[in-house]
Amino acid sequence: MFNDSLKQLSERLANREISSVELTTEFLRRIGKLNPQYNAFITVDEEKSLAQARHADQKIAAGETGPLTGIPIAQKDIFCAKGWLTTCGSKMLSNFVSPYDADVIERFNRAGAINIGKTNMDEFAMGSSNETSYFGPVRNPWDAAAVPGGSSGGSACAVAARMAPAATGTDTGGSIRQPAALCGISGIKPTYGAVSRYGMIAFASSLDQGGPMAKSAEDLALMLNVMTGFDERDSTSLQREKEDYGRDLSKPLSGLRIGLPREYFAKGMSSDVEKAIEQALDEYRRLGAETVEVSLPNSPLSIPVYYVLAPAEASSNLSRFDGVRYGYRAQAFQDLAEMYRNTRAEGFGAEVKRRILIGTYVLSHGYYDAYYIKAQKLRRLIAQDFKNAFKQCDVIMGPTTPAVAFDLGEKSSDPIQMYLSDIYTSAANLAGLPGMSIPVGFGDKMRPVGLHIIGDYFSEARMLNIAHQYQLVTDWHQRAPDL
Amino acid sequence: MTLSINDVKQVAHLAYIKVSEEEAEAALSQLSGIFKLIESMQAVDTSHVEPMSHSQNLVQRLRDDRITESDQRDLCQSIAPQVENGLYLVPKVIE
Repeated sequence: MFNDSLKQLSERLANREISSVELTTEFLRRIGKLNPQYNAFITVDEEKSLAQARHADQKIAAGETGPLTGIPIAQKDIFCAKGWLTTCGSKMLSNFVSPYDADVIERFNRAGAINIGKTNMDEFAMGSSNETSYFGPVRNPWDAAAVPGGSSGGSACAVAARMAPAATGTDTGGSIRQPAALCGISGIKPTYGAVSRYGMIAFASSLDQGGPMAKSAEDLALMLNVMTGFDERDSTSLQREKEDYGRDLSKPLSGLRIGLPREYFAKGMSSDVEKAIEQALDEYRRLGAETVEVSLPNSPLSIPVYYVLAPAEASSNLSRFDGVRYGYRAQAFQDLAEMYRNTRAEGFGAEVKRRILIGTYVLSHGYYDAYYIKAQKLRRLIAQDFKNAFKQCDVIMGPTTPAVAFDLGEKSSDPIQMYLSDIYTSAANLAGLPGMSIPVGFGDKMRPVGLHIIGDYFSEARMLNIAHQYQLVTDWHQRAPDL
Repeated sequence: MTLSINDVKQVAHLAYIKVSEEEAEAALSQLSGIFKLIESMQAVDTSHVEPMSHSQNLVQRLRDDRITESDQRDLCQSIAPQVENGLYLVPKVIE
C-alpha cells in the first residue's frame, strides 16, 4: 500500500477497502517509525490529520469525492496552514502558529486531502542540501550518509521513504527538482504564476513557484490539478482557463523533438550521471523521439545572475522579520534598533544572513545598476536563449544535477560549491519556464540520478506526457529504498 | 571590485543584523568569493538589453477599493511577542 499510486489509493478508498482514517493512521505510523532517523518532518499532528481524515470519510460516504479525497499529503513547512506550526525551517518562525491558510493549503483542504505533516526544509528555502534547517538536516532515504537535496529535502525524503504518497514543494532555483533528483522521485515546477504564492513564505518573489513532488508523472498531474489556479491574492497569479494536466498522458511520443543543450553536456557532469542520462535518452529514441543539439549560450551566467536577483529579493522580503508582530524576539536589548538587530542576528541562520547581506549590498546606493539591473538584463538574455532553442525542439533535456547526492557536511562550509548544485536548474526559474525531474537510474554508491525536462511556457501537460511515457516502459520511479 | 571589512559592517548595519568582529571577518571572505562569481556578469555587453523583472510581462491588476478582510486582530495578535490593549509593544522610541 505504501507504494500505491494516488489513483490506486483513491480506488481503495472508493471501494471501501480502507478508510481515510485507516490510511492516515498507517502513514502516521510509518512516519513515527522512520522520522526519528530521517527527520523529514518538522511537525506531525495526529489529531489534526485524523480529524481531517474523519471528515474525508464522511465525504466519501456521501459520495462527494475527488481524486485526492482522503489521501494524506505532506506539506512543505513554507506553506502557512491555519493552526499548524509553520516554521519555514527557521528559528525566526519556530513559534509561529499560522493564523491563516495558504492558497495551496486551501485547495488541498477543499479537495478533501489530509495534511499528514509539515516537512523539513532549508531555512527560508535557502539551500541545496537541507542542512541549513534550524530543525536539523534531513537524511537521504537511499543512503543515510547523503543529503536529500534542498530546499524541499523533507518533502523529497518523505515521498522517497514512502512516509507520504505525495508532497508539496517550492522551487526558486531548483528546490523541487534537485531534491527530487537526489531522492529518486518525480517533481515539477510549473510555469511561474500557475500556483498561487499567497501564504507561501516569500524568498525571491519573482522566482518562487510551488509545485508537487510524487512517485510518478501520473501522480504529479493529479496534484497539479489541485494546486494550480488563479488567485487574486497573488499579484502575479496567472488568469487562465483551468486545465486537466493529465489529459495528454497517454499520447505517443513519435515525432517528439528533444533539445540537448550543448552547454549542459560539455563538461561538469560526472560520468555516472552522464551514463544514466544517455541511457534515458536512448529510451526516448526507442519511444520515437529524436534528439537535436541546441545551444543556451548564456547558461553559464545563470548562477551569477541568480545570486544577485534571489538575495536582492530575499533581503527585501525578509525585512518583515523584526520580532514585533510574530515569530522570535531577542531577550536582551536596550532600544528598538538593538531589538531588531539582536532578533535578526539570533533568529536567522548563517546562510540566510549571508544572502541578506549580499542582497542588501547589491541593492545599495551606487551598486544597484552594476548588479541588480545588470542581472535583470542578463535574465532577459537567458530567457531569450530558451525562446530560440524552442524553435528547434519541443522540450529540453539534460541532467537535473551535475552529480548524485553528496555526503552530509561535504559542502556545508563552502557556499559556492553548494550554489553550483543548482547549475542546471536555476535558468528555468529566471526564465519562468516549467521544469521537472524524473528518476532515470542510479549512479555512484547506488544514489539516484534525475533527468531534467524543461518545457516551454504552459507546456506542463506535454511534459507530464513525456515523463509518463518513459515511466510506462521503465521502473525507476517504482524503486523504493528498503526501509 | 574588492569588499572591505567596513563594507560588510555597513551592509549588516543597513540590514539590521548584529555582527561580531569574527562574524564580519568570516562573512568578508565568503562574500568576496561570491562576488567574484557574480563579477563574471560584467563580461557580457548588455547595453541594448531591457531589464526583465518578470517572465510573463504582466501588468498589475487593479481591484475595487472595498474591504475584503474581516477583523482578525485578536487572532493575529495572539502570536505576537508582546501586546497590550490591542497594540504591539516595542521599546520606547520617543523620549
